[in-house]
Amino acid sequence: MTMFEIGAYELTLITTMGIAVTFALSLNLITGFCGQISLGHAAFYGVGAYTSAMLTKAGIPFPLAIIGAAAMASIIGVIVGLASLRVRHDFLAITTMGVGFLFLGIVRTWDFLGAEMGIAGIPGSGLDKSGYAILVIVIAVVVALFSLYVKRSWMGYVFDAIADDEDTARVIGIDVARYKLAAFAMGTALAGVAGALYTHQVRFIDPASFSFVESITVLSMVVIGGIGSVWGVIFAAGVLSVLPQWFQFIDDFKLLVYGALLFAVMRFSPGGVAGMVKALRGDKKNTKKEAAA
Amino acid sequence: MLYLELFTQGLVQGSIYALIAVGLTLVYGLLRILHVAHAGLFTLGGYLGVLITNQTGSLGLALVVSMIVVGVLGMAIYRLCYQPILDKPPYVALIASIGLFIAMEEIYRIVFGPFGISYENPPLQDSLPIAGMYIKSGEAVTAIGALALIGILALLATKTRFGTAWRATVTDPEMAESFGINPVKVRYMNFFIGSALAGAAGVMVALLNNLVEPTMGSVPSYKALAIIVLGGLGDVRGTLIAALALGVVEAFGTIYLGDFLDRDAIAFAFLILVLMIRPQGLFGRA
Repeated sequence: MTMFEIGAYELTLITTMGIAVTFALSLNLITGFCGQISLGHAAFYGVGAYTSAMLTKAGIPFPLAIIGAAAMASIIGVIVGLASLRVRHDFLAITTMGVGFLFLGIVRTWDFLGAEMGIAGIPGSGLDKSGYAILVIVIAVVVALFSLYVKRSWMGYVFDAIADDEDTARVIGIDVARYKLAAFAMGTALAGVAGALYTHQVRFIDPASFSFVESITVLSMVVIGGIGSVWGVIFAAGVLSVLPQWFQFIDDFKLLVYGALLFAVMRFSPGGVAGMVKALRGDKKNTKKEAAA
Repeated sequence: MLYLELFTQGLVQGSIYALIAVGLTLVYGLLRILHVAHAGLFTLGGYLGVLITNQTGSLGLALVVSMIVVGVLGMAIYRLCYQPILDKPPYVALIASIGLFIAMEEIYRIVFGPFGISYENPPLQDSLPIAGMYIKSGEAVTAIGALALIGILALLATKTRFGTAWRATVTDPEMAESFGINPVKVRYMNFFIGSALAGAAGVMVALLNNLVEPTMGSVPSYKALAIIVLGGLGDVRGTLIAALALGVVEAFGTIYLGDFLDRDAIAFAFLILVLMIRPQGLFGRA
């Protein structure tokens, strides 16, 4: 006897949420922790999705396909990272955007990858709906714990230094290139996992699912949550991924809401939700101090 | 003959890219902001062009009115969106700008409908025989008009007091200010002029395609970003050359590489390739 019944619809929502959280945290590693703005992160999500789809269609078991997706996304991520070492800031933002368009160009034109028709009939995971939701949530939790661990580790401090000021980081003896590549490798591998999880949930993929808008959507989750804040990003990804599904009327205006939110958050609270929470807490502490004094 | 035709097509497309990218590069030169919402103004220019032409029957009037309206809106975007966040890290303005752009596209979709609008009596549809090939007069007018507008801009920048103040502010804002130049005035003018050019580009693209749709700004906006990066960010002459070069590369690329990559991917492959060799852009200083 369960406490409350969870229907198929709720399970889909939970799965969608878990995938969005994993995807957003993967970008948070690169953009949030290491300060490398990426406007093409959907490409790595797409690499994971396409890899896993092709592997499972070729008969490779689901767990191996996910590992393959992570590996493929990470390899391409490191190549892009190597290329990106030469450019910085605004140049990097535009280069990563270019990578996104390059990926789209490839999956749109290559018949081998289904071209505009996409890939249909992708095998499922072998789990039922609730089993899959649990798997996705477990992975999201592991990724969240991993993010928190990285943030508080030595590597996290190094990322922080690079995000803060690359030249200073180099001067104090940090091998900037190595850590930037590490951020790209980890972030893109996790994006690949998220893409693979998405593939076996919907079992049909086409280029439209990995467009520039998707890159911006995931960036909004990171930015609205608060760049670099693990809890903030989990919150924003969770809410923004299910908002359009909960309220049908929002679905029609989804992009308008995303766009307006992005603009409003940047204009009025560039620290995102995490920044707002911090400010509120800080105010409380200050008032307490003032009261005590 | 195919080469010459491709080259001409590339130049027509490139001159439109140039018209959009010049405004972006001016904003970047002044404020170090990648002004993505610029493409939203381009789209508005297209809508105004079609609507006014359909109402009044005069393409010239449509061009002038949309340039003015779009220019004023550009100034409003500077005042409401960028001015308050100039002291924040650069990604803040970039992301705000992307948000604004997405919201603008959605507003066009809601106001004008998702399917786009066309000219009732599309002007300039006849073909002119030039150098052994046929060029649509719309294309000829577009390319010449675009280059003329940029020429006027170049004259404005070099021959007038405002132009001098403008160039001084781009080169060294603090020095310019100490010489009595009002940088705020320069920025407003800059947004007005750059946005008006984007509006003109919108009218011209609407003419070429005989269609204006809510998302028509997407591709040019990303392309224009690629162009100003290729041009070395903030360098007007570099931007012009990069815009024309990209137009030509695309025209040839679609014919010879079309089986492997689509048009946008070719443009960005070119961008990435150039940046790997020259990370500061084609014409940027190291």
